[in-house]
Amino acid sequence: MNVPILQMRGITKTFPGVKALQDVTLDVNRGEVHAICGENGAGKSTLMKVLSGVYAHNTFDGDILFENEPCEFSSITDSEKRGIVIIHQELALSPYLSIAENIYLGNELAKNGWVDWRKTNLEAAKLLARVGLSENPVTPIQHISVGKQQLVEIAKALSKEVKLLILDEPTAALNDEDSDHLLDLILHLKGQGVTSIIISHKLNEIRKVADAVTIIRDGKSIETLRLDQGQITQERIIRGMVGRDLESLYPDRTPNIGEEVLRIEDWTVQHPQDHSRMVVNNASLNVRKGEVVGLAGLMGAGRTELAMSVFGRTYGRAVSGKVYKYGQEINTSTVSDAIDHGIAYATEDRKHYGLNLIEDIKRNISMAALNKLAKRGWVDGNKETTVANHYRKSMNIKAPSVAAITGKLSGGNQQKVVLSKWMFSDPDVLILDEPTRGIDVGAKFEIYTIIAELAAAGKAVIVISSELPELLGICDRIYTLSAGHITGEVPIAEATQETLMHFMTKEKE
Amino acid sequence: MSALRESLGFLTSRLRQVGIFVALILIVILFQVLTDGILLQPQNVTNLVVQNSYILILAIGMVMVIIAGHIDLSVGSIAGFIGAVAGVMIVHWGWAWWLAIPACLLVGALVGAWQGYWIAYVGIPAFIVTLAGMLIFRGLTLITLKNQQITPFPNELRALGGGFLPDISGGTSVLEWLTVILGVGGTAAILFQALKERRVRRKFNLENEPMAWFAVKNGFIAVLMLIITFLLASYRGTPIVLIVLAVLVIVYSALMNNSIFGRHTYAIGGNLHAAELSGIKTKKVTFRLFVNMGVLAALAGLVFTARLNSAQPAGGTGFELDSIAAAFIGGAAVQGGIGTVAGAMIGGLIMGVLNNGMSILGLGTDYQQLIKGLVLLLAVGFDIFNKNRTGSGGGSSMGRRFKWKTTPPATETSTPATPEPVVVDAK
Repeated sequence: MNVPILQMRGITKTFPGVKALQDVTLDVNRGEVHAICGENGAGKSTLMKVLSGVYAHNTFDGDILFENEPCEFSSITDSEKRGIVIIHQELALSPYLSIAENIYLGNELAKNGWVDWRKTNLEAAKLLARVGLSENPVTPIQHISVGKQQLVEIAKALSKEVKLLILDEPTAALNDEDSDHLLDLILHLKGQGVTSIIISHKLNEIRKVADAVTIIRDGKSIETLRLDQGQITQERIIRGMVGRDLESLYPDRTPNIGEEVLRIEDWTVQHPQDHSRMVVNNASLNVRKGEVVGLAGLMGAGRTELAMSVFGRTYGRAVSGKVYKYGQEINTSTVSDAIDHGIAYATEDRKHYGLNLIEDIKRNISMAALNKLAKRGWVDGNKETTVANHYRKSMNIKAPSVAAITGKLSGGNQQKVVLSKWMFSDPDVLILDEPTRGIDVGAKFEIYTIIAELAAAGKAVIVISSELPELLGICDRIYTLSAGHITGEVPIAEATQETLMHFMTKEKE
Repeated sequence: MSALRESLGFLTSRLRQVGIFVALILIVILFQVLTDGILLQPQNVTNLVVQNSYILILAIGMVMVIIAGHIDLSVGSIAGFIGAVAGVMIVHWGWAWWLAIPACLLVGALVGAWQGYWIAYVGIPAFIVTLAGMLIFRGLTLITLKNQQITPFPNELRALGGGFLPDISGGTSVLEWLTVILGVGGTAAILFQALKERRVRRKFNLENEPMAWFAVKNGFIAVLMLIITFLLASYRGTPIVLIVLAVLVIVYSALMNNSIFGRHTYAIGGNLHAAELSGIKTKKVTFRLFVNMGVLAALAGLVFTARLNSAQPAGGTGFELDSIAAAFIGGAAVQGGIGTVAGAMIGGLIMGVLNNGMSILGLGTDYQQLIKGLVLLLAVGFDIFNKNRTGSGGGSSMGRRFKWKTTPPATETSTPATPEPVVVDAK
């Protein structure tokens, strides 16, 4: 069974000034699911770009053997010809084209330059059946969910007669149900002889599907763990990734809960386009001083929509309901009103909504509260640098200086910049939306510590998360949301994954 | 030896900024040779400054609009329109210059507010609104002028385009001493400012450019300033419009770097959504940018009209393209978020020297346009090539401002956060 399909030997890739990969070895056997684990910035994606030809063969050192033949790819097209297909974290689909058109994009079923639509749709339907997606092939991509789009990407890969499928964090944007479906599909394809490489942060997923795990740390391959040798355990993987054992995933804290800070009552939000749909429906919740409150819900339950509609009406239309702070009704209908009332919202999508990636750390940190650094409209640059240096130290942001460009930081450090920005605005209530998404284990612990310290300093914190263990690890109280309704409010002492999941899937009559 | 290597590494790391400067110098030397030394004759240098002043004024507003991620195609027509308005006010109605100039700037602000309203509050892309504006204000120019030029203007207004600071030595000296004083004083101020900034950066542990590069760069700028001072002083002294331009460059550079308004402009261009979610009133900032552009376009129109001593139906045609080209050659990014006023000035000077040099050589507008187009293409092409080479997703000048060679990449090690106090009272 252990026939190698892919051997990468001594891969070294240097960017100007940075050694991204150093003497990396990767052996993948035919017909297995091979996971690649490592912290953000460890070099996983770079390795996959080397493999798939995004980096041409003359830009790195080392050898790649695929099916025992040496490979010299100059572009993705070359690697796809050999049956190596990569699916990136950010899906590469065109939203206005149909499913079938997307599947055959760049690879059209055509006669003399004219597309054969009948054949295209017919073949696409067959591929959709193979990946278990029951959608009409002529449906535009923008009308199906992200989970289904992921399946279309896989169908596209299958249309290219894939032998080695590379998935870069395929479940990062999926809910649990879609994730399960995807993982099942990977196992199913394995049965049909497709070898997969899967890059993932989620250790339980890896345990579910992987036959082997290669761990990458600081641009070096550390070790390859194999299932048949009983080596794949959570502790072992974490130890490999961070170089030591983590005693505890969550920091200890003793909550010191005071008076109510923020109360939201009867909050109702319409979908911005579909006016008949209530994305948030009559939701009420509160958070107290020094308290960490969780907001759990499946994808589409309305958690982010609830938070953003409260934070300056940045989502939805016809928002109704009341917001009280310390018992007084407040107006939060613009972002600056919300900020002035001491509310901060750190987005789940820091690259698109949280940071100015081409700007440096200090200017990102000062962005939401420039007036605190300014007199009559003029910013005091020295004070700004002092403030930024303070956060770099206290938040442990790893960068050469606060003048470093945020786009070049790793996910964890970017998230710390976002948190610094909001802490500098000196809020009473922080709403943190998926604060640890796309962040590796070590940095997660740092973020949890920061949250605990915020609560200890008397802030009221609301955490939105898709990872139930995370909510259970850091919250004092958890609300569950299902289809826009608050379906449960569970004190941490009574909360388990099962009870929460029960409320999260409950249909309000 | 290692200092040399360090400097070289630094130079390649900010190739774009160094490159544009070197390009300007090479172009100057090239035309100096081709024109047998006419280019740098005192009279021609003075001409160069005056001829390009209105493009440079427009380029200041343009680079700000581009930084915010917009564009303005209407500035040429607005400049022409304001010229016409000035003609009517001053020549037909007999208004005094001190009344007409503020009135014209106000009309410019209103024009900018009109366009800013459609762009910021209605949400029509700036490309469309200002394309419409290009037609609308050209049409209004023709209507205002009834298709005929208005001339002549009184001397007070003409001074704005062709006047010089008074000669304090009363014409007895070979050099204009006021110009020498201003030039030497300005050079000293620039050097002082550079040293001060370097000291501040060191104080806050920010990377500084290598000493050798710092010395060469600032020494070079100082020598250049003194040469220009000498050339101007040995002709007729300092053109008034150069003073206007210098004040604008200083004020707007400060505004873009140190004011809340400037910071918000960069933030909007860098990431509109993040700016909105940080409480920045993006519509208001966009609106103000276009009002500002309208005022600067009005000023450019006044200078141009003053220089020609006539308001003409075709006045200002093509200015928008020259000022946009200046901003992009000067390192502004099409996607927004990146660019500097100083860069746009150098970009404008490159275009200006090309224009002037080719005119002296007697090349027709056919070849002039061809060559200017190629220069724009090459400058931005070089930018993009350079970006790909270093593999940085970020922009040109900012992204390469700091060297990453000596420091390891910012990967995470997994030490848990030290339990330092995190919540800060930032006074």
